[in-house]
Amino acid sequence: MTAILQARSLGKTYGRRDALTECTLEIPPGHVVGLVGPNGAGKTTLLKIACGMLAPTTGHIEVLGNQPGADPAQLARVGYVAQDTPTYSNLTVADHLTLGAKLNPGWDALLAHARIDQLGLDPKQKAGKLSGGQRAQLALTVAVAKRPELLILDEPVASLDPLARRDFLRHLMESVAENSTSVILSSHLVSDLERVCDYLVVLVSSRVQLAGETEDLLAQHHRLVCARRDQADLPDGLEVILADHTDRQSTFIVRSQTQIPAGDWVADQLDLEDLVLTYMERAAAPTQSQPPRGASR
Amino acid sequence: MIEFHLDARSGVAPYLQIVWQVRQALLLGLLAEGDQLPTVKEVVTKVVINPNTVSKAYRELEHQGLAAAKPGVGTFITQSLGQASLADHAPLQEELRAWMRKARAAGLTGPGIEAMFQSTFRENPEGEK
Repeated sequence: MTAILQARSLGKTYGRRDALTECTLEIPPGHVVGLVGPNGAGKTTLLKIACGMLAPTTGHIEVLGNQPGADPAQLARVGYVAQDTPTYSNLTVADHLTLGAKLNPGWDALLAHARIDQLGLDPKQKAGKLSGGQRAQLALTVAVAKRPELLILDEPVASLDPLARRDFLRHLMESVAENSTSVILSSHLVSDLERVCDYLVVLVSSRVQLAGETEDLLAQHHRLVCARRDQADLPDGLEVILADHTDRQSTFIVRSQTQIPAGDWVADQLDLEDLVLTYMERAAAPTQSQPPRGASR
Repeated sequence: MIEFHLDARSGVAPYLQIVWQVRQALLLGLLAEGDQLPTVKEVVTKVVINPNTVSKAYRELEHQGLAAAKPGVGTFITQSLGQASLADHAPLQEELRAWMRKARAAGLTGPGIEAMFQSTFRENPEGEK
Protein backbone atom coordinates (compact mmCIF):
# COMPACT_ATOMS: atom_id res chain seq x y z
CA MET A 1 0.00 0.00 0.00
CA THR A 2 1.09 3.56 -0.65
CA ALA A 3 2.57 5.73 2.06
CA ILE A 4 0.30 8.45 3.45
CA LEU A 5 3.09 10.94 3.09
CA GLN A 6 6.57 10.63 1.70
CA ALA A 7 8.90 13.61 1.87
CA ARG A 8 12.52 13.90 0.85
CA SER A 9 14.62 16.87 1.96
CA LEU A 10 11.51 19.01 1.91
CA GLY A 11 12.11 22.69 2.65
CA LYS A 12 10.14 25.91 2.71
CA THR A 13 11.47 29.39 3.27
CA TYR A 14 9.53 32.61 3.67
CA GLY A 15 11.97 35.27 2.59
CA ARG A 16 15.01 34.51 4.74
CA ARG A 17 13.15 32.56 7.38
CA ASP A 18 13.22 28.75 7.31
CA ALA A 19 9.75 27.38 7.99
CA LEU A 20 10.67 23.81 7.14
CA THR A 21 14.18 22.40 6.76
CA GLU A 22 15.41 19.08 5.33
CA CYS A 23 12.19 17.29 6.18
CA THR A 24 12.40 13.61 5.31
CA LEU A 25 9.48 11.40 6.33
CA GLU A 26 7.80 8.20 5.27
CA ILE A 27 4.50 7.56 6.99
CA PRO A 28 2.96 4.14 6.29
CA PRO A 29 -0.77 3.89 5.48
CA GLY A 30 -3.61 3.33 7.93
CA HIS A 31 -2.26 5.52 10.69
CA VAL A 32 -3.57 8.34 12.81
CA VAL A 33 -0.54 10.60 12.85
CA GLY A 34 0.09 13.17 15.55
CA LEU A 35 2.23 16.09 14.41
CA VAL A 36 3.53 17.74 17.56
CA GLY A 37 5.68 20.76 18.19
CA PRO A 38 5.71 24.20 19.74
CA ASN A 39 3.98 27.11 18.04
CA GLY A 40 5.98 28.32 15.06
CA ALA A 41 7.75 24.97 14.57
CA GLY A 42 6.51 24.59 10.99
CA LYS A 43 3.53 22.29 11.53
CA THR A 44 1.09 24.41 9.54
CA THR A 45 3.61 24.83 6.72
CA LEU A 46 4.08 21.06 6.43
CA LEU A 47 0.31 20.43 6.46
CA LYS A 48 -0.36 23.12 3.86
CA ILE A 49 2.30 21.64 1.59
CA ALA A 50 0.76 18.18 2.08
CA CYS A 51 -2.67 19.32 0.90
CA GLY A 52 -1.30 21.37 -2.00
CA MET A 53 -2.00 24.86 -0.68
CA LEU A 54 1.69 25.74 -0.52
CA ALA A 55 4.51 24.75 -2.85
CA PRO A 56 7.75 23.62 -1.21
CA THR A 57 10.90 25.68 -1.89
CA THR A 58 13.10 22.59 -2.09
CA GLY A 59 12.74 18.82 -2.00
CA HIS A 60 10.04 16.42 -2.99
CA ILE A 61 6.75 15.29 -1.48
CA GLU A 62 4.12 12.70 -2.35
CA VAL A 63 0.81 12.31 -0.57
CA LEU A 64 -0.99 8.99 -1.16
CA GLY A 65 1.49 8.41 -3.97
CA ASN A 66 0.82 11.66 -5.85
CA GLN A 67 1.95 15.24 -5.89
CA PRO A 68 -0.27 17.27 -3.54
CA GLY A 69 -3.01 19.20 -5.30
CA ALA A 70 -1.85 17.88 -8.69
CA ASP A 71 -5.36 17.49 -10.12
CA PRO A 72 -9.05 17.38 -9.03
CA ALA A 73 -8.80 13.65 -8.32
CA GLN A 74 -5.96 14.22 -5.85
CA LEU A 75 -7.84 17.12 -4.23
CA ALA A 76 -10.83 14.83 -3.68
CA ARG A 77 -8.67 12.25 -1.91
CA VAL A 78 -7.42 14.63 0.77
CA GLY A 79 -9.62 16.48 3.25
CA TYR A 80 -8.20 19.52 5.03
CA VAL A 81 -9.48 21.36 8.07
CA ALA A 82 -7.47 24.54 8.62
CA GLN A 83 -6.41 25.95 11.98
CA ASP A 84 -9.28 26.84 14.34
CA THR A 85 -11.75 24.86 12.19
CA PRO A 86 -13.06 27.79 10.11
CA THR A 87 -16.65 27.95 8.89
CA TYR A 88 -18.62 30.67 7.05
CA SER A 89 -20.30 32.59 9.85
CA ASN A 90 -23.07 33.99 7.62
CA LEU A 91 -24.02 30.65 6.13
CA THR A 92 -26.36 28.23 7.90
CA VAL A 93 -25.44 24.66 8.81
CA ALA A 94 -27.59 23.47 5.86
CA ASP A 95 -25.76 25.91 3.53
CA HIS A 96 -22.46 24.35 4.53
CA LEU A 97 -23.73 20.93 3.52
CA THR A 98 -25.08 22.28 0.19
CA LEU A 99 -21.73 23.92 -0.45
CA GLY A 100 -19.93 20.68 0.38
CA ALA A 101 -22.21 18.74 -1.99
CA LYS A 102 -21.62 21.19 -4.88
CA LEU A 103 -17.86 21.32 -4.43
CA ASN A 104 -17.02 17.66 -3.84
CA PRO A 105 -17.57 14.90 -6.41
CA GLY A 106 -17.66 12.09 -3.84
CA TRP A 107 -19.93 13.90 -1.35
CA ASP A 108 -21.81 11.59 1.03
CA ALA A 109 -25.00 13.54 1.76
CA LEU A 110 -26.48 10.75 3.90
CA LEU A 111 -23.44 10.70 6.13
CA ALA A 112 -23.40 14.49 6.43
CA HIS A 113 -27.07 14.78 7.41
CA ALA A 114 -26.91 11.83 9.80
CA ARG A 115 -23.93 13.43 11.52
CA ILE A 116 -25.59 16.85 11.84
CA ASP A 117 -28.64 15.07 13.29
CA GLN A 118 -26.55 13.12 15.75
CA LEU A 119 -24.76 16.29 16.87
CA GLY A 120 -28.15 17.94 17.44
CA LEU A 121 -27.27 20.93 15.23
CA ASP A 122 -30.16 23.00 13.83
CA PRO A 123 -29.75 23.11 10.02
CA LYS A 124 -31.20 26.64 9.93
CA GLN A 125 -28.71 28.00 12.48
CA LYS A 126 -26.00 30.31 11.15
CA ALA A 127 -22.51 29.01 11.73
CA GLY A 128 -21.53 32.30 13.39
CA LYS A 129 -24.03 31.57 16.18
CA LEU A 130 -22.67 28.12 16.96
CA SER A 131 -20.41 27.40 19.94
CA GLY A 132 -16.73 26.75 19.30
CA GLY A 133 -17.25 23.02 19.76
CA GLN A 134 -20.21 22.94 17.37
CA ARG A 135 -18.33 24.93 14.73
CA ALA A 136 -15.43 22.47 14.96
CA GLN A 137 -17.86 19.57 14.59
CA LEU A 138 -19.48 21.22 11.55
CA ALA A 139 -16.07 21.71 9.88
CA LEU A 140 -15.18 18.08 10.62
CA THR A 141 -18.54 16.89 9.22
CA VAL A 142 -17.93 18.71 5.95
CA ALA A 143 -14.42 17.29 5.69
CA VAL A 144 -15.53 13.73 6.52
CA ALA A 145 -18.56 13.75 4.18
CA LYS A 146 -16.21 14.46 1.32
CA ARG A 147 -15.05 10.88 1.95
CA PRO A 148 -11.31 11.54 1.72
CA GLU A 149 -8.69 8.82 2.03
CA LEU A 150 -6.60 11.16 4.15
CA LEU A 151 -7.86 13.78 6.53
CA ILE A 152 -5.47 16.59 7.51
CA LEU A 153 -6.39 18.67 10.55
CA ASP A 154 -4.41 21.66 11.78
CA GLU A 155 -4.73 22.20 15.55
CA PRO A 156 -8.41 21.17 15.50
CA VAL A 157 -8.94 21.03 19.25
CA ALA A 158 -6.58 23.70 20.56
CA SER A 159 -9.32 26.24 21.28
CA LEU A 160 -11.94 23.79 22.61
CA ASP A 161 -12.85 23.02 26.21
CA PRO A 162 -12.04 19.49 27.43
CA LEU A 163 -15.52 18.10 26.83
CA ALA A 164 -15.81 19.54 23.30
CA ARG A 165 -12.30 18.26 22.65
CA ARG A 166 -13.25 14.73 23.68
CA ASP A 167 -16.44 14.89 21.56
CA PHE A 168 -14.48 16.10 18.55
CA LEU A 169 -11.88 13.33 18.87
CA ARG A 170 -14.69 10.78 19.34
CA HIS A 171 -16.32 11.91 16.08
CA LEU A 172 -12.93 11.76 14.37
CA MET A 173 -12.12 8.26 15.65
CA GLU A 174 -15.58 6.99 14.66
CA SER A 175 -14.93 8.22 11.14
CA VAL A 176 -11.60 6.42 11.12
CA ALA A 177 -13.33 3.22 12.28
CA GLU A 178 -16.13 3.48 9.71
CA ASN A 179 -14.22 4.65 6.64
CA SER A 180 -10.65 3.49 7.36
CA THR A 181 -9.50 7.06 6.77
CA SER A 182 -5.90 7.94 7.52
CA VAL A 183 -5.44 11.08 9.58
CA ILE A 184 -2.68 13.61 10.19
CA LEU A 185 -3.49 16.01 12.99
CA SER A 186 -1.29 18.65 14.54
CA SER A 187 -1.34 19.81 18.12
CA HIS A 188 0.88 21.44 20.68
CA LEU A 189 -0.99 19.54 23.40
CA VAL A 190 0.35 16.02 23.72
CA SER A 191 -2.43 14.91 26.06
CA ASP A 192 -4.91 15.24 23.18
CA LEU A 193 -2.95 12.84 21.06
CA GLU A 194 -2.13 10.15 23.58
CA ARG A 195 -5.20 8.01 22.98
CA VAL A 196 -5.79 8.62 19.34
CA CYS A 197 -2.44 8.72 17.54
CA ASP A 198 -0.49 5.59 16.70
CA TYR A 199 2.23 7.47 14.83
CA LEU A 200 4.13 10.45 16.09
CA VAL A 201 6.11 13.18 14.34
CA VAL A 202 7.88 15.75 16.51
CA LEU A 203 8.72 18.98 14.70
CA VAL A 204 10.81 21.68 16.39
CA SER A 205 12.50 24.74 14.86
CA SER A 206 11.52 23.72 11.32
CA ARG A 207 13.12 20.25 11.61
CA VAL A 208 11.74 16.76 12.23
CA GLN A 209 13.25 15.60 15.52
CA LEU A 210 11.55 12.23 15.84
CA ALA A 211 9.13 10.10 13.83
CA GLY A 212 7.78 6.60 14.29
CA GLU A 213 5.02 4.38 15.62
CA THR A 214 4.07 5.63 19.05
CA GLU A 215 4.26 2.22 20.67
CA ASP A 216 7.77 1.52 19.30
CA LEU A 217 9.00 4.95 20.34
CA LEU A 218 7.69 4.47 23.88
CA ALA A 219 9.26 1.02 24.10
CA GLN A 220 12.64 2.28 22.88
CA HIS A 221 13.08 5.20 25.26
CA HIS A 222 14.05 5.03 28.92
CA ARG A 223 15.14 7.34 31.68
CA LEU A 224 18.27 6.11 33.48
CA VAL A 225 19.02 7.56 36.89
CA CYS A 226 22.39 6.73 38.43
CA ALA A 227 25.35 8.04 40.38
CA ARG A 228 27.08 10.81 38.46
CA ARG A 229 29.04 9.53 35.49
CA ASP A 230 30.12 10.43 32.00
CA GLN A 231 27.81 9.27 29.25
CA ALA A 232 30.78 7.52 27.63
CA ASP A 233 30.66 5.11 30.60
CA LEU A 234 27.21 3.86 29.64
CA PRO A 235 27.00 0.50 27.84
CA ASP A 236 27.15 0.39 24.03
CA GLY A 237 23.92 0.47 22.08
CA LEU A 238 22.37 3.27 24.11
CA GLU A 239 21.84 6.49 22.21
CA VAL A 240 21.85 9.33 24.72
CA ILE A 241 19.15 11.81 23.79
CA LEU A 242 19.46 14.06 26.81
CA ALA A 243 21.84 14.12 29.76
CA ASP A 244 21.44 16.03 32.97
CA HIS A 245 23.93 16.06 35.84
CA THR A 246 23.91 17.29 39.41
CA ASP A 247 27.00 17.10 41.61
CA ARG A 248 26.25 13.46 42.47
CA GLN A 249 23.54 12.22 40.15
CA SER A 250 23.19 11.76 36.40
CA THR A 251 19.93 11.41 34.51
CA PHE A 252 20.01 10.16 30.93
CA ILE A 253 17.18 9.82 28.48
CA VAL A 254 18.35 7.02 26.21
CA ARG A 255 17.07 5.31 23.10
CA SER A 256 17.82 1.66 22.54
CA GLN A 257 16.63 -0.96 20.07
CA THR A 258 17.13 -3.69 22.65
CA GLN A 259 16.41 -4.24 26.36
CA ILE A 260 18.18 -1.90 28.74
CA PRO A 261 20.87 -4.06 30.39
CA ALA A 262 20.76 -4.40 34.16
CA GLY A 263 23.26 -2.21 35.97
CA ASP A 264 23.71 0.18 38.84
CA TRP A 265 20.90 2.44 37.63
CA VAL A 266 17.16 2.68 37.74
CA ALA A 267 15.55 2.48 34.29
CA ASP A 268 12.04 3.81 33.81
CA GLN A 269 9.78 4.14 30.81
CA LEU A 270 8.74 7.57 29.58
CA ASP A 271 5.18 8.60 28.88
CA LEU A 272 4.33 10.31 25.61
CA GLU A 273 4.47 13.80 27.08
CA ASP A 274 7.97 13.26 28.55
CA LEU A 275 9.12 11.76 25.28
CA VAL A 276 7.96 14.75 23.26
CA LEU A 277 9.37 17.23 25.80
CA THR A 278 12.73 15.44 25.70
CA TYR A 279 13.07 16.00 21.97
CA MET A 280 11.83 19.59 22.26
CA GLU A 281 14.42 20.27 24.94
CA ARG A 282 17.17 18.70 22.90
CA ALA A 283 16.24 20.81 19.89
CA ALA A 284 16.27 23.93 22.04
CA ALA A 285 19.76 23.14 23.42
CA PRO A 286 21.60 21.59 20.46
CA THR A 287 25.02 21.91 22.11
CA GLN A 288 24.01 19.30 24.66
CA SER A 289 23.28 16.54 22.19
CA GLN A 290 26.19 14.47 21.04
CA PRO A 291 26.47 12.16 18.06
CA PRO A 292 24.80 8.79 18.69
CA ARG A 293 27.05 6.01 19.88
CA GLY A 294 26.44 2.46 18.76
CA ALA A 295 22.72 2.62 18.07
CA SER A 296 21.60 3.73 14.65
CA ARG A 297 18.26 4.84 13.14
CA MET B 1 -21.14 -6.99 27.40
CA ILE B 2 -18.14 -5.46 29.14
CA GLU B 3 -16.68 -1.98 28.94
CA PHE B 4 -13.05 -0.96 28.70
CA HIS B 5 -11.24 1.94 30.30
CA LEU B 6 -7.77 3.31 29.72
CA ASP B 7 -5.20 4.44 32.23
CA ALA B 8 -2.88 6.88 30.46
CA ARG B 9 -0.43 6.93 33.39
CA SER B 10 0.04 3.19 33.72
CA GLY B 11 2.91 2.94 31.22
CA VAL B 12 1.19 -0.11 29.72
CA ALA B 13 0.44 0.08 25.99
CA PRO B 14 -3.28 0.78 25.43
CA TYR B 15 -3.83 -2.39 23.39
CA LEU B 16 -2.35 -4.47 26.23
CA GLN B 17 -4.65 -2.76 28.71
CA ILE B 18 -7.61 -3.99 26.65
CA VAL B 19 -6.15 -7.50 26.42
CA TRP B 20 -5.66 -7.59 30.19
CA GLN B 21 -9.14 -6.29 30.87
CA VAL B 22 -10.60 -9.10 28.77
CA ARG B 23 -8.46 -11.66 30.61
CA GLN B 24 -9.49 -10.15 33.91
CA ALA B 25 -13.18 -10.31 32.94
CA LEU B 26 -12.66 -13.96 31.99
CA LEU B 27 -11.03 -14.72 35.33
CA LEU B 28 -13.81 -12.96 37.19
CA GLY B 29 -16.40 -14.88 35.20
CA LEU B 30 -17.83 -11.69 33.64
CA LEU B 31 -17.10 -13.18 30.23
CA ALA B 32 -17.56 -16.78 29.12
CA GLU B 33 -17.34 -18.80 25.95
CA GLY B 34 -19.70 -17.52 23.26
CA ASP B 35 -19.94 -13.96 24.61
CA GLN B 36 -19.46 -11.17 22.14
CA LEU B 37 -16.90 -8.45 22.76
CA PRO B 38 -17.93 -4.86 22.05
CA THR B 39 -17.41 -3.95 18.38
CA VAL B 40 -14.42 -1.79 17.49
CA LYS B 41 -16.78 1.08 16.76
CA GLU B 42 -18.47 0.71 20.17
CA VAL B 43 -15.14 0.79 21.97
CA VAL B 44 -14.01 3.80 19.95
CA THR B 45 -17.19 5.70 20.80
CA LYS B 46 -17.00 4.82 24.47
CA VAL B 47 -13.30 5.20 25.18
CA VAL B 48 -12.28 7.68 22.42
CA ILE B 49 -9.34 5.67 21.20
CA ASN B 50 -7.72 4.86 17.89
CA PRO B 51 -9.67 1.97 16.25
CA ASN B 52 -6.37 0.38 15.19
CA THR B 53 -5.55 -0.07 18.88
CA VAL B 54 -8.77 -1.99 19.49
CA SER B 55 -8.24 -4.17 16.41
CA LYS B 56 -4.71 -4.90 17.57
CA ALA B 57 -5.98 -5.95 21.01
CA TYR B 58 -8.58 -8.25 19.46
CA ARG B 59 -5.98 -9.80 17.14
CA GLU B 60 -3.80 -10.44 20.19
CA LEU B 61 -6.72 -12.15 21.96
CA GLU B 62 -7.24 -14.32 18.87
CA HIS B 63 -3.52 -15.12 18.88
CA GLN B 64 -3.80 -16.19 22.52
CA GLY B 65 -6.69 -18.46 21.58
CA LEU B 66 -9.19 -16.58 23.75
CA ALA B 67 -11.34 -15.05 21.03
CA ALA B 68 -12.26 -15.46 17.38
CA ALA B 69 -13.53 -12.98 14.82
CA LYS B 70 -16.66 -13.76 12.81
CA PRO B 71 -16.36 -11.56 9.74
CA GLY B 72 -19.15 -9.00 9.56
CA VAL B 73 -20.52 -9.96 12.99
CA GLY B 74 -17.91 -9.28 15.62
CA THR B 75 -15.39 -10.89 17.93
CA PHE B 76 -16.46 -13.69 20.27
CA ILE B 77 -14.91 -15.35 23.31
CA THR B 78 -13.93 -18.93 22.48
CA GLN B 79 -13.03 -20.27 25.89
CA SER B 80 -13.80 -19.66 29.51
CA LEU B 81 -10.91 -19.37 31.92
CA GLY B 82 -11.02 -21.42 35.09
CA GLN B 83 -11.79 -19.55 38.27
CA ALA B 84 -8.18 -19.77 39.36
CA SER B 85 -8.27 -17.53 42.38
CA LEU B 86 -5.25 -16.32 44.31
CA ALA B 87 -6.03 -18.88 47.01
CA ASP B 88 -5.31 -21.67 44.53
CA HIS B 89 -1.82 -20.30 44.21
CA ALA B 90 -0.92 -20.21 47.88
CA PRO B 91 2.48 -21.89 47.33
CA LEU B 92 3.43 -19.20 44.77
CA GLN B 93 2.41 -16.49 47.16
CA GLU B 94 4.43 -18.09 49.92
CA GLU B 95 7.49 -18.03 47.66
CA LEU B 96 6.89 -14.37 46.97
CA ARG B 97 6.66 -13.68 50.71
CA ALA B 98 9.93 -15.53 51.22
CA TRP B 99 11.52 -13.48 48.42
CA MET B 100 10.32 -10.26 50.00
CA ARG B 101 11.85 -11.25 53.34
CA LYS B 102 15.13 -11.82 51.49
CA ALA B 103 14.82 -8.46 49.73
CA ARG B 104 14.27 -6.68 53.07
CA ALA B 105 17.17 -8.57 54.61
CA ALA B 106 19.31 -7.37 51.67
CA GLY B 107 18.40 -3.79 52.61
CA LEU B 108 15.68 -3.05 50.05
CA THR B 109 12.71 -1.03 51.28
CA GLY B 110 9.15 -0.80 49.95
CA PRO B 111 9.76 1.42 46.91
CA GLY B 112 12.89 -0.54 45.99
CA ILE B 113 11.05 -3.85 46.14
CA GLU B 114 8.21 -2.46 44.08
CA ALA B 115 10.63 -0.99 41.51
CA MET B 116 12.43 -4.32 41.18
CA PHE B 117 9.17 -6.21 40.75
CA GLN B 118 7.89 -3.70 38.19
CA SER B 119 11.07 -3.66 36.15
CA THR B 120 11.30 -7.46 36.15
CA PHE B 121 7.63 -7.74 35.27
CA ARG B 122 7.97 -5.23 32.43
CA GLU B 123 10.79 -7.20 30.85
CA ASN B 124 8.14 -9.61 29.66
CA PRO B 125 4.62 -8.57 30.72
CA GLU B 126 2.86 -11.14 28.52
CA GLY B 127 4.96 -14.08 29.61
CA GLU B 128 6.37 -14.73 26.15
CA LYS B 129 9.08 -17.32 25.44
